[in-house]
Amino acid sequence: MILNPGILALLLGSSIAFLMLLYAAGLGLKILSAWDPQSSSEQQLLLERKTWLVSTIVNYAFGFVVLSGLLFIYTVEDIHRLFIGAMCATGALNANEIGWLVLLVKIILFFAAALWVSLNRLDQCTEDTPLVRPKYIGLLLLTPLVGLDLLLQYSYFSGLQPEIITSCCGSLFSLGNDSVASDIAGLPPAPTMIAFFICGGLFLITLVLSLGSRQAIFRYLLFFASVLFFFISLLSIISFISLYIYQMPTHHCPFDMLQQNYGYIGYPLYIALFGGCFFGLLPGLCQPLKKNPSLKREIEKRERHWLLLAFFAIVVFLAIVAWPILFSPFILLSY
Amino acid sequence: MPTLIETKDLCKIYNRHKPDELQALSDVAFSIDQGQVAVLKGPSGSGKTSLLSLIGCMARPTSGSIRLADKDVAKLPERFLAELRRDLFGFIFQQFNLMRELSLFDNILLPLYPTEISGKEMKSRADEILRQLELGDRKQQKVKQLSGGEQQRVAIARALINQPEIIIADEPTAHLDRALTEELLTILARLKQNGKTIIIATHDPAIYQQQELIDRSYLMHDGNLLEVERL
Amino acid sequence: MARRLNILEHALSSLLRRKQKNLAIIVVYTLTVATIASVLFLTQSLRSEAVNVLAAAPDIVVQRLAAGRHDLIPIADAEQIRRMPGVGKVEPRVWGYYYDSLKKVNFTLMGVKDSPTNLPLLQGTFPANNEQCTLGKGIAEAYGVTIGDSLVLVDSSNSSKLYQVSGLFIADSELLTNDLILLQEAELRRFFKLPDGRATDLAVEVYNQREVATLAKKIKLALPDSRPIGKTEILHTYDTVFNWRSGIMLTLFASALIAFCILAWDKATGISADEKREIGILKAIGWDTNDVLLLKFWEGLAISLTAFLLGAIIAYLHVFFYGAGLLAPVLQGWSVLFPQFNLTPAIDLYQLFVLALLTIVPYIACTIVPAWKTAVTDPDSVMRS
Ligand SMILES: Nc1ncnc2c1ncn2[C@@H]1O[C@H](COP(=O)(O)OP(=O)(O)O)[C@@H](O)[C@H]1O
Ligand SMILES: [Mg+2]
Repeated sequence: MILNPGILALLLGSSIAFLMLLYAAGLGLKILSAWDPQSSSEQQLLLERKTWLVSTIVNYAFGFVVLSGLLFIYTVEDIHRLFIGAMCATGALNANEIGWLVLLVKIILFFAAALWVSLNRLDQCTEDTPLVRPKYIGLLLLTPLVGLDLLLQYSYFSGLQPEIITSCCGSLFSLGNDSVASDIAGLPPAPTMIAFFICGGLFLITLVLSLGSRQAIFRYLLFFASVLFFFISLLSIISFISLYIYQMPTHHCPFDMLQQNYGYIGYPLYIALFGGCFFGLLPGLCQPLKKNPSLKREIEKRERHWLLLAFFAIVVFLAIVAWPILFSPFILLSY
Repeated sequence: MPTLIETKDLCKIYNRHKPDELQALSDVAFSIDQGQVAVLKGPSGSGKTSLLSLIGCMARPTSGSIRLADKDVAKLPERFLAELRRDLFGFIFQQFNLMRELSLFDNILLPLYPTEISGKEMKSRADEILRQLELGDRKQQKVKQLSGGEQQRVAIARALINQPEIIIADEPTAHLDRALTEELLTILARLKQNGKTIIIATHDPAIYQQQELIDRSYLMHDGNLLEVERL
Repeated sequence: MARRLNILEHALSSLLRRKQKNLAIIVVYTLTVATIASVLFLTQSLRSEAVNVLAAAPDIVVQRLAAGRHDLIPIADAEQIRRMPGVGKVEPRVWGYYYDSLKKVNFTLMGVKDSPTNLPLLQGTFPANNEQCTLGKGIAEAYGVTIGDSLVLVDSSNSSKLYQVSGLFIADSELLTNDLILLQEAELRRFFKLPDGRATDLAVEVYNQREVATLAKKIKLALPDSRPIGKTEILHTYDTVFNWRSGIMLTLFASALIAFCILAWDKATGISADEKREIGILKAIGWDTNDVLLLKFWEGLAISLTAFLLGAIIAYLHVFFYGAGLLAPVLQGWSVLFPQFNLTPAIDLYQLFVLALLTIVPYIACTIVPAWKTAVTDPDSVMRS
């Protein structure tokens, strides 16, 4: 176990978030069991008020999920020096098999929590709150995910064994020198780049079609385009985008770009990607909800906004990616 | 004039299914047209405040319906009730219920804070109302430095800032002397002229004997409501 | 947007109106932040000092072990190492510790042959003959000497010798040269009675950083009684020690955090009748539960940011201007490691981010439920008081 302030902050914050969500899930169970919109009893009023407590807790938890994702990457970046051979955060994540799993759970958690918060917003704007049941069942699923996140983080950090010079023997080199591979091998850049831009184009086309028409099919297409584009983008960041950002033919780390050395370019890049894909997913996910008239009204009020946000975000993302490819002297494809 | 508010079989039971259960309203049928002034008379504890709070969207009835501008609001979630309170109603309370440490100006702006009305619009509305109520020169003073009559006018100004259709006043003269009661009556008459609908709960004869002003008169007794013939 | 700003404005004004009540929580919050921030800032700057020190350190230091203890290494070994491919310069270093029992200070005496280039920022010159010495700032201050003055040192045969100060270090990182005295190498050998042909250790330069590990292994193979220590290894060790130390200290201060949480909970729960009445009024005149929750959020944010900024500033002053005096008892282990020196301010965003999460998250968690309880006040409560 490494005791590092960042690790302490992560574990403390995640524990608090988990406890709060457990409490919220308890309230959720009560709401699920006794919710009756037709009743005007005091109990129903109380439940209605409790939904505000639950929303507040989940909103804060969502905020924390975003921050803890950043802090996790920062911390991994910070402790990579403790591992011989680890050149950047990637190396530290490789240090045991759970590192990447934590990251994966955090990404899933981000999308799940963002979805919950958005649906909750929608639902709270209707008079008949038709989503109460699905929402609170969703909360019962979200809570274990936060617990899993905490558990995985704990086992990742507690499994880390830094190498220390002991007073009797300075030769640690024989121990675990090669145990940490610091580079992740990416996909071949040229075909990835083509796939990336084709997929980005598809995304934008379905987006524009959704903006122009009310047809459900475009929203579903956009949904799939977002999923596809999200994964291709992640692979592309490792495969070629990082190379252009660092202007180095072998540096594939997807995290270094969050550092000051690279002008914090990673922030707009990732925010645009995550935000754009999320808002691209949302219309497709909400399409089935339009069966309910009051939800339909609320969704249609916002949908345009979501689509425009997605459009804007993805254009920014593509611009950040394309900029160094078009304008920097670094030429990758000849390597 | 169309009916603005209409209640049917309205019941309010406090502490239901508990030992101290109390039925404050039973089967109340109240109605008022747009632009009318109604007065609720009745002894203390007869349920006037309870009825006003239901009509004013501050609480939900135990059973029965409340139609407000042709919309049933009896079962609306609290969030929408708040929206109605801030869009349709202006409240004048028995104890003025002002924030004593805030300035007069800040006090009357409070109902507009949760809206998207711009700061400029808010200020111009407030200035206009303060001018009408002759409070314009004291707007930066704290409420606790004002006299009773001035506080009364601040409370009215706050009730008018959201340009409500309906004004609800619960025993507005209980703490006022003769002269201030007169002043209030003048203001109410002016509001009626401007087309506002007004509901007043009171047991002050100085109010309920105002035949000029009052269109409908109700009597409350032990949670039951009777419409009294026009005075 | 207008709604958010209006409510923010109201939140700030109501905070200011209740100065008394909020003062207590802000003071305790600030102290909590200051305590935790002091630990973070201190360890971070010690860490960056160590990195500075090591920037000038050789890639590999080769020591000799005899019977499991550090011993002098034959200079002839240097030749053997130099012949390995990938190795640049190999320099035998002669140095030792000197303890002044009167002043009760410990410092490092090091021998130089010509002008060493890896020691930066010299005022004056390096010792040119056996009667001259060059001092670190700490020593110059301890003895109250400057260039041109003389310094008396007692050698291993217990006879005093007078040295003329020919130069002073004015290094950026004081840690590096603070306790250093340079003498001519021949003079140092005489001073410590060191045999010719042997050195304290060997400083090895490696061309390719990635080969340090391999070379260290080779050295160990070729000279079985040697102990090669890589620069990165020292860095790891420092890092681990600092991480560990600050972690332990933070855990120690967890009780402070808990006490703070209890107070925050208490303050948030025990709202005054006056405040309750105000929330009732707001609800009656059209505020929604959501609006009051937003109001409470802004209040919490304002309190947190105030306390955070104040706490961080106090910690900054405490650590970098007052030498972290209040942490001294907890720091005892370190004072052996490091001589008296002033820390170079080193704070990065990461530290502030960690600090924010460590302090603000518990505060928010403590205030959510009480804030909600306030927010769901019955709107009609003001009609019957
Ligand atoms: N929140 C409450 N809980 C329990 N009883 C209440 C509550 N509010 C009012 N009551 C009771 O309901 C009855 C009617 O009260 P109210 O409507 O205030 O009458 P009025 O305004 O005519 O004096 C009274 O007996 C009062 O004690
Ligand atoms: Mg009453």
